[in-house]
Amino acid sequence: MQSSPNTNTTRLLIRTLVAWAVALLLFFPLLFLAVTAFKTEGQAIAVPSLWVFTPTLENFYEVQARSDYLTYAWNSIVTSVVSTLLGLLIAAPAAYSMAFSPTKRTKDILMWMLSTKMMPAVGALAPIYVLYQYASLLDTKFGLIILFTMSNLPIMVWMLYSHLKDIPHEILEAARMDGASLWDEFRHVLLPLGMGGLASTGLLCLVLAWNEAFWALSLGAAKAGTLATLVASYSSPEGLFWAKLSAASLMAIAPIIVFGWFSQKQLVQGLTFGAVK
Amino acid sequence: MAEHTRAGSRSLPRLLMSPAVITLFLWMIVPLVMTLYFSVMRYNLMQPEQTGFVGFENYSYFLTDPDFWPSIWNTLILLGSVVLITVGFGLAIALLINDPFPGQGLVRILLISPFFVMPAVNALLWKHMMMNPVYGVLAQVWTFLGLKPIDWLTDYPLFSIIIMVSWQWLPFACLIFMTALQSMDREQLEAAGMDGATYFQKLWYLYLPHMARSISVVVMIEVIFLLSIFAEIYTTTSGGPGNASTNLAFLIFKQARLSFDIGVASAGALLAVILANIVAFFLIRMIGKNLD
Repeated sequence: MQSSPNTNTTRLLIRTLVAWAVALLLFFPLLFLAVTAFKTEGQAIAVPSLWVFTPTLENFYEVQARSDYLTYAWNSIVTSVVSTLLGLLIAAPAAYSMAFSPTKRTKDILMWMLSTKMMPAVGALAPIYVLYQYASLLDTKFGLIILFTMSNLPIMVWMLYSHLKDIPHEILEAARMDGASLWDEFRHVLLPLGMGGLASTGLLCLVLAWNEAFWALSLGAAKAGTLATLVASYSSPEGLFWAKLSAASLMAIAPIIVFGWFSQKQLVQGLTFGAVK
Repeated sequence: MAEHTRAGSRSLPRLLMSPAVITLFLWMIVPLVMTLYFSVMRYNLMQPEQTGFVGFENYSYFLTDPDFWPSIWNTLILLGSVVLITVGFGLAIALLINDPFPGQGLVRILLISPFFVMPAVNALLWKHMMMNPVYGVLAQVWTFLGLKPIDWLTDYPLFSIIIMVSWQWLPFACLIFMTALQSMDREQLEAAGMDGATYFQKLWYLYLPHMARSISVVVMIEVIFLLSIFAEIYTTTSGGPGNASTNLAFLIFKQARLSFDIGVASAGALLAVILANIVAFFLIRMIGKNLD
């Protein structure tokens, strides 16, 4: 049942065209944002939209001058990186023991962990606010780090568990037979085999922490504000503001998008939660 | 499984689990107990002199709020629509770009990009540049087609939010489905083709069963994040007009931050916990077996 080469070529052509059309359609809003960031405010709201114009960097200077982009960016980097590392440190041992010494309750514990994520964060706002005020953690990077770590922890445990579960027990047993200590086992067996899982879990949580808006806005407004707070401060200014809003947005999302492009292969492997054998 | 554990160190697994379990337990129980306490007290930041035990008054206030049931519906409609849209289109797109074609790698990168956009930017981008009824891109398209531009956020607020959230989560579904498709058994597909199976037969009997687990993963993760959608609503419609796009998370926020009533907001938060548990219960029954 081989189709003739001619229909095959036609099919490939159609498939290519449709795929590109879909991809460009979904990417279009981001392209529009990126282009608007280089326009003047007047050009930004021109109807029909301008696609040929002299690009200006004015908006980026103005955003930096008005809100000190680098401080926000630094806060974003510190909170997302530290919370991810801290989360991995707590989640990895738990995932290890769930994967290699499962008990009857392992599944229940996993489900319970995931269920803690289903409560809307806003429901915990009042208690957390009171506690943070008491502990002087309001508007500190450390306070945000704790929150990001805790809200990503369930997903981290789950992702790492699905990865480690796929490592054959025999490998560990063979290492033990050879008299490997727990440290050897960790360094020479688990770490190399689990590296992919650790990397992809870390990548996802980095993205989630970077993009977190609710806690960052509620608890980290002034000194510890992340890029999400920077963007929010451009949400409803007076007058013409599309170009500056676009510039601020682009500055907030560009680092993580570029990071995502480079790490997509690794990220995908982790996101499948062992769904792909 | 005793033989898998190191001799004489059966407590080691428990020791390794404890940091995660204890911190998560504290993270859950402390706010929960405090919320429970606040929910039966009079606690309004605007009237600090009024305190004291009020029993279930806050609950009945929240439950009889005319916005309560609409907010539950909006939460579920938002959740259901986004899950259906992203899983449906996600499967279609993943099948479309599964086989090689010119520019496959670049198409992949373009497709997944929206997933990395922070919700605040997503919301502002759609609110102003896409959906603005005068200057927005959609208005221009409508005018070009000879139609009257739509004021999306005023006339179709919940639908607009659904579009924004779906735009963000569709790439996530695509990513996972693309990866799952790559492990399809090629020989099986060819054999089915030899036997004269149509495309839809292959889709139904070969592709979908193979994808069952990854579909479950997508649904599970999306439910976790979508039950408490907040930033998109806060930045665009503020729940309005009226209560048309108020979900449960936003209603609680309104009580806490706009009415400064911590007592009523806490009662709402506990109702949200109950709703989350009901959804989780059904979810685990429906797809739990696929997650083993």
